[in-house]
Amino acid sequence: MTADLRTTYLGLELRSPLVASASPLTGDPAAAAKLEEAGVGAIVLPSLFEEEILGEEREYNAALDNGADVFAEALDYFPRSMTFVGVGDRYVANLEQIKHRASVPVIASLNATSKGGWVKYARRMQDAGADALELNVYRVAADAGRSAADVEAADVDLVAAVRAAISIPMAVKLSPYYTALAGHARRVVQSGANGLVLFNRFYQPDLDLESAEVVNRIELSVAWELRLPLRWIAILRPQLGTEVSIAATSGISSGADALKALMVGADVAMMTSALLRHGPGHVRAVETEMRDWLDEHEYESVAQLRGSASRAAAPNPSAFERANYMQTLRSWSGTGGH
Amino acid sequence: MAPKWECIDGNEAAARAAYAVSEVISIFPITPASPMAEHCDDWAAAGKPNIWGKVPDVVEMQSEGGAAGAMHGALQKGALATTFTASQGLLLMIPNMFKIAGELTPAVIHVAARTVATHALSIFGDHSDVMHARSTGWAMMAAGSVQEAHDFAMISHAATLRSRVPFVHFFDGFRTSHEINKISVLDHDDIRALIHEDDVLAFRRRGLTSEAPVVRGTAQNPDVFFQAREACNPYYEALPGIVQQVMDEFAARTGREYQLAQYHGAPDAERVVVVMGSAAGAVEETVDTLVAAGEKVGMLRIRLFQPFPAAAIVAALPRTVTTIAVLDRTKEPGAVGEPLYLEMVAALTEAMDGDQPPFATAPRLVGGRYGLSSKEMNPGMIKPIFDEIASARPKRHFTVGIYDDVTHLSLPIQLDFRHARAKGEVQALFFGLGSDGTVGANKSSVKIIGEGTDLFTQGYFVYDSKKSGSVTESHLRFGPDPIRSTYLVEDADFVACHQFGLMSTLNVLGRAKQGATFLLNSPYGPDQVWDHLSAGVQRQMVDKAIDLWVIDAYAVAEEVGMGNRINTVMQPCFFHLANILPPAEAIKRIKDSIKKTYAKRGDAVVQSNFAAVDLSLQRLVHVPLGAVKSDAAAVVSAATASRPDFFNRVQAEIIAGRGDQLPVSVMPVDGTFPTGTTRYEKRAIAQNIPIWDNSICIDCGKCAIVCPHASIRMKVFPAAAVEGAPAGFQSKEFKSRELVDHRISIQVSPDDCTGCGVCVDVCPAKSKSEARHKAINMEPVEAHRDEELVNWDFFQSIPMLDRNLLPHDTIKGSQVLEPLFEFSGACSGCGETPYLKLASQLFGDRMIVANATGCTSIYGANLPTTPWTVNAEGRGPAWNNSLFEDNAEFGLGMRLGLDAQYDHARNLLTRLAPVVGEDLVSSLLDTKQDTEPEIVAQRERVARLRKILAGVEGEHRADAQSLLAVSGDLVYQGIWIVGGDGWAYDIGFGGLDQALSSGRNINILVLDTEVYSNTGGQASKATPRGAVAKFAAAGKGTGKKDLGAIARSYGNVYVAQISMGANDAQATKALLEADAWPGPSLVIAYATCIAHGIDMETSMAHQKDAVRSGYWSLYRYQPSEVENGHPFKLDSGAPSMPVADFASAETRFASLKRSNPARAAELAELAQADADERYRYYQQLAGIEQTIPHVADEVVETGAEA
Repeated sequence: MTADLRTTYLGLELRSPLVASASPLTGDPAAAAKLEEAGVGAIVLPSLFEEEILGEEREYNAALDNGADVFAEALDYFPRSMTFVGVGDRYVANLEQIKHRASVPVIASLNATSKGGWVKYARRMQDAGADALELNVYRVAADAGRSAADVEAADVDLVAAVRAAISIPMAVKLSPYYTALAGHARRVVQSGANGLVLFNRFYQPDLDLESAEVVNRIELSVAWELRLPLRWIAILRPQLGTEVSIAATSGISSGADALKALMVGADVAMMTSALLRHGPGHVRAVETEMRDWLDEHEYESVAQLRGSASRAAAPNPSAFERANYMQTLRSWSGTGGH
Repeated sequence: MAPKWECIDGNEAAARAAYAVSEVISIFPITPASPMAEHCDDWAAAGKPNIWGKVPDVVEMQSEGGAAGAMHGALQKGALATTFTASQGLLLMIPNMFKIAGELTPAVIHVAARTVATHALSIFGDHSDVMHARSTGWAMMAAGSVQEAHDFAMISHAATLRSRVPFVHFFDGFRTSHEINKISVLDHDDIRALIHEDDVLAFRRRGLTSEAPVVRGTAQNPDVFFQAREACNPYYEALPGIVQQVMDEFAARTGREYQLAQYHGAPDAERVVVVMGSAAGAVEETVDTLVAAGEKVGMLRIRLFQPFPAAAIVAALPRTVTTIAVLDRTKEPGAVGEPLYLEMVAALTEAMDGDQPPFATAPRLVGGRYGLSSKEMNPGMIKPIFDEIASARPKRHFTVGIYDDVTHLSLPIQLDFRHARAKGEVQALFFGLGSDGTVGANKSSVKIIGEGTDLFTQGYFVYDSKKSGSVTESHLRFGPDPIRSTYLVEDADFVACHQFGLMSTLNVLGRAKQGATFLLNSPYGPDQVWDHLSAGVQRQMVDKAIDLWVIDAYAVAEEVGMGNRINTVMQPCFFHLANILPPAEAIKRIKDSIKKTYAKRGDAVVQSNFAAVDLSLQRLVHVPLGAVKSDAAAVVSAATASRPDFFNRVQAEIIAGRGDQLPVSVMPVDGTFPTGTTRYEKRAIAQNIPIWDNSICIDCGKCAIVCPHASIRMKVFPAAAVEGAPAGFQSKEFKSRELVDHRISIQVSPDDCTGCGVCVDVCPAKSKSEARHKAINMEPVEAHRDEELVNWDFFQSIPMLDRNLLPHDTIKGSQVLEPLFEFSGACSGCGETPYLKLASQLFGDRMIVANATGCTSIYGANLPTTPWTVNAEGRGPAWNNSLFEDNAEFGLGMRLGLDAQYDHARNLLTRLAPVVGEDLVSSLLDTKQDTEPEIVAQRERVARLRKILAGVEGEHRADAQSLLAVSGDLVYQGIWIVGGDGWAYDIGFGGLDQALSSGRNINILVLDTEVYSNTGGQASKATPRGAVAKFAAAGKGTGKKDLGAIARSYGNVYVAQISMGANDAQATKALLEADAWPGPSLVIAYATCIAHGIDMETSMAHQKDAVRSGYWSLYRYQPSEVENGHPFKLDSGAPSMPVADFASAETRFASLKRSNPARAAELAELAQADADERYRYYQQLAGIEQTIPHVADEVVETGAEA
């Protein structure tokens, strides 16, 4: 017997719950084709960043203006015909290309922190054939003058603005750093999100000790990071209902990881770091492991498994809440052999 | 069909016609013609077809000579070919022009006529270039306006095909080439109607083909050459008729009527001025005004200059004419008269001597010169010509537009004469900085008005001689009639000053008419602005009853995120105040224009500009004039106070904008000027200047070595020197084993700094408690200027450290040496100038520079001032620029001359040994001068020698005097041949190769920006693969030439590649080694440039990444006679970052990724492979053993010994 891996995410029928989330692989048409070949259920493109759109335009413009009309012999320094295909345009062109080749759903991703002219890119992604949009609400709430309520309200407005611009399904990727995550998640859904992606991983800046400069370092996720989404999916799944899609992301690298995510209530398990580490073919290994486990445990389908250990369905639901922390500490000291 | 009106400049007007009817376009950049080639390259890159549906092949060549050669070849194959050039470029084409005409080959060269360099280079316009091509057998058509440049370009192409005679179509550089005017443009149907397909086919049939082979270009002998040369005569005789026929066909199609020589004025005129080119517009206005006043005057405009249409000219003149003044825009020293004058004299003499003399009495002819190098020619200069020829004995040869108090040829200028201004015409004058977008905004305004209304428009822009802090003037005219005024605005109805600082340095309101509207960008609000104006300006405003409006444009620009670009803040204010369009329509049109300009640069930029437009009118405030205050004295620096007399009489006047008024008598007769003058030109252009924090400084000297303008310096001095220092003067203990009790100071010259920030960017010393605070920090100039000015003067008064106290091959050691290249007008943050400054510190006191034309020659010696300077003993680099193409030969010639004089001096010395004394003579002859102390010792010996020689009388006196004259050459002097990559890799490569092969002691410094920087970033053979540049709009597909490898192939040439930002110590060592190398040396220095599309503040970081990525390698190749020597030292390590990471930070590479990602990816892959392969190759080279072949036990002559 072979378990039925099909799942539904954002209303899209997927052949497998394993989804390749945003990474350089998903932005490269050739790599995306390999992912599909290896069996992914859907592909999420890398994020198009609001800051990148604005920053690139301003920088490009400044470079062309620099030195222009200053000296009689050189009234400009670049060919006049130079066309500027902005990051947004390139994104859309790439999306079209990937969509053209792919037989699995292609999900575009847009990263923004404020409402603005760039919202038009959501529409352009839809027009370019995206099957759904992942709105990546990525922010560091660094302004001491803004309250949590202000920040959350701005996010909700943003979700509503993008929702108004498109008709395709939309997932919102959240960070775990909200004071009242459950409530906020619900408001985001109420503002028009068809699903949530849990969670966004912030890349924390590092410091170069010698130069005293802040440097960006990207670290791939590791297995324990899955625990945070596991907890919250387990908590949110019963509260949000089955209409709302949930994707688990962060730290999923094996079939066992994916199964856990599904078991707590995720519709799909997203992978980035594992694919970057092991290559697109890793999807097949994960699927095989997942399939073997399901077969071994006589599950008929992923649907049967999904949510079977959510906070509502788990035999010990309180373990997902604070008490769980206390027990863990005790269990640690107990086995620590003091 | 209704005409299609567009606002374009003369270059574009000509290029559009040329492009439409050409198949092969061979190009090379030269001001002011480059934009024609750039347009063609752009259009070809965009796939725009000619009238036959084909995209012309636009090919950049290595020189104008190459462009002409390629054109000749294409023509001989039967392809329609054209090119564009000016000045020296046209001169380089002359040999091929003789050939092309000799073979009766239809072709057109479009020339933006420019001064040929004589006592000085000039990029501006006159006819000296075309006049020197007049014997080549090419027909010559002169256009006098933007419309004519468009029309005559087309007529030239049609007429050349019909007549078989090639055409030079020329128009005045800048005045026409760069003037934007509203013209009626030809469409492809107009062009097809004019170009007869039969003519094209006949031309094609003459093309070389192996199917019907012929031979051309034979060698002929005395028996037949002459006859064969005369065989073409019928074609030239037929030509004027053919041109007129084409003009008539053109008129029938377009309604624009032209004649070979067109008369305008009173039908019964007695006095006539003959003129050719743009000045005709101003002459016509003057004639109309004088005729309206009842004077019997007229003008004859020459359209076809060669073959000279004598019959048409004589026929066009009124029979009543008694005196004719022929105006030439060129000078031929020693000739009886200039070319147009001589042609006129001959034409009239022959006519009067013919069967039917046209005039009862032969008119008297006089000749005049005007307008050399774009000198103004306005009605106030033209009216005196008519006055002069009204006199009984007019000057036979005169000049106009200048004051000649030496040969007294000039006619007086009537400053108050004005032609009657056309009703409804508005004149506007704008002052701005190059960096603020003023010119761009005005170009846009001209288009908005010209293309959106029935009004005619004109825009002309004046730039200054500096590349940083450059002031721009925009002269705009709008009116219901076509605008003929080919000169600057004189009585502006509207004046705008986009920079408050210019109010104190320029006479902004000098050309404002009474009651003019004045728009001022002011950081001071309406209540304070009046008090911040000088008494003189206040008085001027009150006297002229100026209507004053102010806006804080920088505040608006900042608010909407536009930084220092205030163009779209000021533009709506102009439209509002000038009231040319209804307000709502003006705003709409401005926004449409913004969208058109910026849409392809992204929506964010469009939105910021829209926001600027919307906010600007809200902030525009009317300010009533106040009471005039009393005059106050300004703070001046010590340098300003100590200006030499010559500087005050000449350069200071030029700086003040009064150069036009300088008389002939104050000008050097041979172009010789003193050096060391930038120090007196306190430009004060920085907004922020570096301020030193001595508590953090680690004495590294990096800030000083990288400073492109020598405006932040390091000095080490005995502790006692700070006695009496101003209170704010900072110094700290100098930590050194060699020097005890010394202090060090880092000091900025606030009025010379350009505020580029490169010094702060490279400063490695950071505060322990606040990481962003460094040992130097950029701070607002207004808070520090006065104090730092006093500190700088004190700093300068401290004597330089003895040059022998610290070794020169370290950064610290080199930076305590005095720079003899300072405060250049190069772009802020220039990557080239630090190398020149460093060389001047290391050996400037014994340096003669041969400088190729380009950025180096412009910031090196564009009047009014030069950065090359002298030390306290009066020694410093001597400098000359010959041409673009011959610089290596020029420098080699200097070495030959120096060596000849050195040999001569040695011979004389030997002969005079009994008089001078054997000891001194032998030490003068035999002592080595390999090190600086040895050179100093030789100088002392020469000083002793001179004293002795001065006293020699009797039989040895003649020899003594001869030796005295050349005695200086007994001291070693280095020849430094300096230029950019356009010179070294392309146009001057043949000569460079020759110089390298000479074995002579020359030093070649190539400042490699990888493009033709001075003319706006055209590709050279130094341009790397994957970079976007002009003439390589699709990204250069081929790799960079390895110039060093070619030089190394000689085996006896010292070669180094350096990059100051990557390794300043290696750069210093390389320069010292090159100077010391007794044969040829070549140093290729990586120089960052704004043409790279980078933030110039981070110039040095880009240089560092270029090396870290292996994109640019550092090495020194010093061959020797040592057995088993390793001459190649690779000074850069294995690449530690991908080339892509370096490239992605520069617009020249990154833009291709934006426009053509697939091609960018392919070229990027190749660029990485280039770098990998280069490193592998250099690593192998480093292991190679090599010995200069030599005869055992003898010194090999690698070059002349000093």
